[in-house]
Amino acid sequence: MSDLTGLTIRQAQDLLERGEVSSVELTQSVLDRIVALDNEIRAYLTLTPESALEQAAEADARRTGGARPSALLGIPVAIKDLICVEGVPNTCGSRILENYVPPFSATAVEKLRQAGAVILGKTNTDEFAMGSSTENSAFFPTRNPWDLSRVPGGSSGGSAAAVAAGMAFGALGSDTGGSVRQPASYCGVVGIKPTYGRISRWGLVAFASSLDQIGCFARTASDAALLLETIAGYDPRDSTSVEAPVPEYGVSLTGEVRGLRIGVPREYLLEGMQPEVESAVRTSLETLASLGAEIVEVSLPHTEYALPVYYLIAPAEASANLARYDGLRYGLSSPGTDLWDSYRQTRGQGFGPEVKRRIMLGTYALSTGYYDAYYLKASQVRTLIRRDFDRALEQCDVLVAPTAPTTAFKLGEKLDDPLQMYLQDIFTLALSLAGLGGLSVPCGFDAEGLPIGLQIMGGAFDEATILQVAHAYQEVTDWHTRRPGLKAVAG
Amino acid sequence: MRLSLAQVEHVAQLAQLGLTAEEKELFREQLSSILEYAERLQELDTSQIPPTATVLPLENVMRDDRVQPSLPLDDVLANAPAVEDQCFRVPVVLEGEG
Repeated sequence: MSDLTGLTIRQAQDLLERGEVSSVELTQSVLDRIVALDNEIRAYLTLTPESALEQAAEADARRTGGARPSALLGIPVAIKDLICVEGVPNTCGSRILENYVPPFSATAVEKLRQAGAVILGKTNTDEFAMGSSTENSAFFPTRNPWDLSRVPGGSSGGSAAAVAAGMAFGALGSDTGGSVRQPASYCGVVGIKPTYGRISRWGLVAFASSLDQIGCFARTASDAALLLETIAGYDPRDSTSVEAPVPEYGVSLTGEVRGLRIGVPREYLLEGMQPEVESAVRTSLETLASLGAEIVEVSLPHTEYALPVYYLIAPAEASANLARYDGLRYGLSSPGTDLWDSYRQTRGQGFGPEVKRRIMLGTYALSTGYYDAYYLKASQVRTLIRRDFDRALEQCDVLVAPTAPTTAFKLGEKLDDPLQMYLQDIFTLALSLAGLGGLSVPCGFDAEGLPIGLQIMGGAFDEATILQVAHAYQEVTDWHTRRPGLKAVAG
Repeated sequence: MRLSLAQVEHVAQLAQLGLTAEEKELFREQLSSILEYAERLQELDTSQIPPTATVLPLENVMRDDRVQPSLPLDDVLANAPAVEDQCFRVPVVLEGEG
């Protein structure tokens, strides 16, 4: 095989099944590529090559043992460093957890391991998933494989970049306001954030608990479906996971969209967005129409309020969740003159600027005298945003829109202006507030050769229809088969 | 909506967050502009709208009070900055006692 790392999960699984390649060979080829590329891209915070090769050897043994293999048996994947893997550092991109080694694995990780997937390591993230570019990692920024001077998006930028560069066949991320979909868009891969409650969050470090949801990256919707199917489902350890049956998503991947109604929210095609993004989305709609889908215009009238609602609710929840970092039970500890001073020293030194900014914002929004005007008001407008989606989805099966208003921006470009950075999430926030599922699929490139993402959003727990539309689109387009021109770097 | 330095310091104290003088000034500016942006929510009449705290119809989850396996104590304490007699060692909370 010339380049195993360019395969999809399903292609790799075929080779494994036919005995043409072993998981050890597959894993070694990915590890070799990481060695060649990741000094430049820096997608990984922690790489675990020895245990990856051990897991690969186990997978090979399981396969020859004759057990009916799962679709992920022997497939190397990456995990965002916000999702615990037992015995492997889990930093959340933060100095405050720099030396934290979790004594347990997240349920999603356990399920991947039970299926025989091989864990390659932990990927870079904005600190505690707070950011849209992965530049808020306390350790280093990750670079976009399509243009190393640009960001991969965020906060799951390490996972998106790893999959885009062939440094993992799939990856887990987490999405609170767009942190799977937006980096998927910037890196030209598929990223799915399912409905809130679909995947157990046990072992996912909490940022904003009413919004956080684990999601999956892969090169195709078909591969993403395999990952989702493996990790979805009820977990008694997460009381917000839902006891709904997990469908076999593969059944939905018919390549057909005939008869489906696809809604286009008029608020998502804005004046002033990057023209190439708008035209790529419009062309994609024509493609879906040519496959027999019916395109209808719908409205999500409260879209413009999603940004201020999100940036009050998520920081408010974060300020409560991050109160646990007290330097007593785990994490950085900076002794002060007394207990209170120790808290302030530990947190002042351990958290980076964006995390502090959001803790401040959230604490303010929850504080006496401001609660009604900010947190309560935002929670009420959140209800209006949910109702927008309920009404729109009465008229159609899925909604289609851009994932982000632009393609990937340059490193450093938006670091000094938090509001400009927050605006990168303008098309992903509302869906998160409504708790629904969404996916980004590559739908074109701009003049600079940077990927553009198409966002497909669906009703509650209807990931099957989202994946059906994405898969049908990928059957007739080849955007996802293009690879970033990393040869110069790889040597 | 302009925050004063005193407001910033008050919020930092509520959050138990040690900030440098530069950080206080920076956050005063940045939080002010973010809150100013959030002012647009006041355009909407939400007097009859219930708040959304969770998107799920959640109810309390009950289970039998049964002993279940838990993590080994050594594993749990392995990440602690200070341990004594298989407990987390913490600074004095109440002065002049003990």
